[in-house]
Amino acid sequence: MSEPLLQAVNLECERDDRILFRNLSFSILPGTLTRVEGPNGSGKTTLLRILAGLNDSYSGDLLWRGKHRHGYREEFLRNMLYLGHRPGIKPLLTPMENLRALMAGRRSLSDKVLWQALEGTGLDGFQTVPCRNLSAGQQRRVALARLLIADEPLWILDEVFTAIDIHGVAALERLLAERVDNGGAIIVTTHHELRLPSMQRITLGGGDDYGL
Amino acid sequence: MWQIFHKLGSPKWFFGIASTLMPWLLWAGVAMLAVGIGWGLAFAPQDYLQGNSYRIIFIHVPSAFLAQSVYIMMAVAGLVTLVWRMKLADVFVKSVAPVGAVLTFLALFTGAVWGKPTWGTWWIWDARLTSMLILLFLYFGVIALGAAISDEKSSARAVAVLVLVGVVNIPIIKYSVEWWNTLHQPATFKLTEKPSMPPEMWVPLLLSVLGLYLIFGWLACLRMQTEILAREGRTRWVKELVQAQGN
Amino acid sequence: MASEFRVTLRSPDLSVGVATAMKAVFLRDVKTAFRQPQDLLNPLLFFVMVVTLFPLGVSPEVSFLQQAGSGILWVAALLSVLLSLDHLYRHDFDDGTLEQLVLQPQPLFLLVLAKSLAHWVLTGLPLVLLTPVLGVMVHLEGNSVAVLCLTLLIGTPVLSLIGSIGAALTLGLRSAGVLLSLLIIPLYIPVLIFGTGTVMAASEGAPVAGQLALMGAFLVLALTLAPFASAAALRISLSNS
Repeated sequence: MSEPLLQAVNLECERDDRILFRNLSFSILPGTLTRVEGPNGSGKTTLLRILAGLNDSYSGDLLWRGKHRHGYREEFLRNMLYLGHRPGIKPLLTPMENLRALMAGRRSLSDKVLWQALEGTGLDGFQTVPCRNLSAGQQRRVALARLLIADEPLWILDEVFTAIDIHGVAALERLLAERVDNGGAIIVTTHHELRLPSMQRITLGGGDDYGL
Repeated sequence: MWQIFHKLGSPKWFFGIASTLMPWLLWAGVAMLAVGIGWGLAFAPQDYLQGNSYRIIFIHVPSAFLAQSVYIMMAVAGLVTLVWRMKLADVFVKSVAPVGAVLTFLALFTGAVWGKPTWGTWWIWDARLTSMLILLFLYFGVIALGAAISDEKSSARAVAVLVLVGVVNIPIIKYSVEWWNTLHQPATFKLTEKPSMPPEMWVPLLLSVLGLYLIFGWLACLRMQTEILAREGRTRWVKELVQAQGN
Repeated sequence: MASEFRVTLRSPDLSVGVATAMKAVFLRDVKTAFRQPQDLLNPLLFFVMVVTLFPLGVSPEVSFLQQAGSGILWVAALLSVLLSLDHLYRHDFDDGTLEQLVLQPQPLFLLVLAKSLAHWVLTGLPLVLLTPVLGVMVHLEGNSVAVLCLTLLIGTPVLSLIGSIGAALTLGLRSAGVLLSLLIIPLYIPVLIFGTGTVMAASEGAPVAGQLALMGAFLVLALTLAPFASAAALRISLSNS
């Protein structure tokens, strides 16, 4: 339908003398959801960190809109949102302060919008409570509030459903589906069974027997 | 051009080249060092001020000289690691860092031994000795950081950053230590300051410096080969090599 | 949850300014620190206690303290900064804010610079402010105290900037604290030498403008080079995690 946002060409990654994957090629098109699958330790998180640009011990090429990503760092980062295992939330700050700090480098939004985003993730009334007084699930919701105000076309989400209750999961699924309908590209890992249509799957094998 | 560069980075290619080079380096180095030190210790004239004790410079100067150049070589290799991700550059850094530390220690030790008859004390906070001591600390830092990071690639790059930061600091450290030295004890006479050294002294000195460089080259090759074997143990060429040696 | 916007590529220039992003990084660190005042106080207490050790351990004589005082204060300040460095990136690393920092579109070295400045404001600057009190306790003369404060004012940011490199390199390693000291102490030596040397010259009545200018040059050098090294080191450490 349109040009791929991100393309991986012959990715190979070796970690601690073990090949996690090799000859891995795929394209991420706008308006698609891609799920990275595989058993524990198969390198799902590593792959996501490589795609996000956090980990650069790989060989192979990563193309951002058809061009080598190296030269387009700023453009790539402006158009990509990554949420990792660690939510990026400072326990001493309130959800509002955290969200403000996380968005500061990306978009200038009024406090009202941020407040509403936190409301939207079910944190109404907790906006000014220090995050260390919140539960693990609530802390993750602070990070997820970014998804409500993020306009980056590419989302890379590592285990976003962790510690989220059933209602939250359903709402998040709706959000992701809607996002894809609107033309966003999403890459996820999850152990949760996603109820989403038209998923692209990338399956990583387990360890030594793969490709050797 | 690129092919040559890639070849240079290939551990297998280096292993072969090193094997042919090593005997030459070793024998030429040993010969030069033997002539240099033999000449320096037995035949060079006495120093009019220090008598025979100055003769330790035939060991002190080459090791101090080499200790500093090894750090600079490591910095160059570090730059190569960061820019081109060449594995061999890191193999070099990891292999020679302990050698550099030992040379620095040797320079400090011989300096101390020399200090005893010259100043009547084993240690003196002379600018040169103090700089060498700090250089030793820098070597320890590089070795410690390399050992602390288990992942090979990260360790290579982290050490490269540290070595480069160190090499930027070396001139600043030297300068500040010299300034500090003039502040505290002006006009002690410095080690190795020989404005008019006769040729009978500096020729053997030059020979021993060159000899030590060559021996360092041999040792670097040897240690790099060992490191390569340890790292590339899984590859086919190493397995074949080991089998061939076993037969 | 509902989203209400269309997905379009963001053009690079339609962006938040670098200054805004740096300010946000700086403010977050300062705010976090003030929520946990004990962490701010600890390096200061350490500073005072180390200085106290010298009269007790060596000699309380006025002549000794006058001679050694500036050195004692400088070494104590240096150790105090060193001690606080371990926290510089560790909390951010543990809670994931560091990942988000590295993924911000702004040049990482500028964000790192903002963090180093925050570190200085939170540790180095309080040390400078405390120095006159301790200066009196070690019997330094008024002029020496003033010059000492000035050298610390120029020198402590250098300590923060260089220390940031070490903190970034040892991030996520076991026994990072000791390793950090091993890597960083040799690099601190020039600043220490000039810091104490300048005070000594001042106490002998010699002019110190040249030496202060030289320390200023160290600061400029550290400001321009250290953030790049720290940024590179952070990327390496994150790549490994």
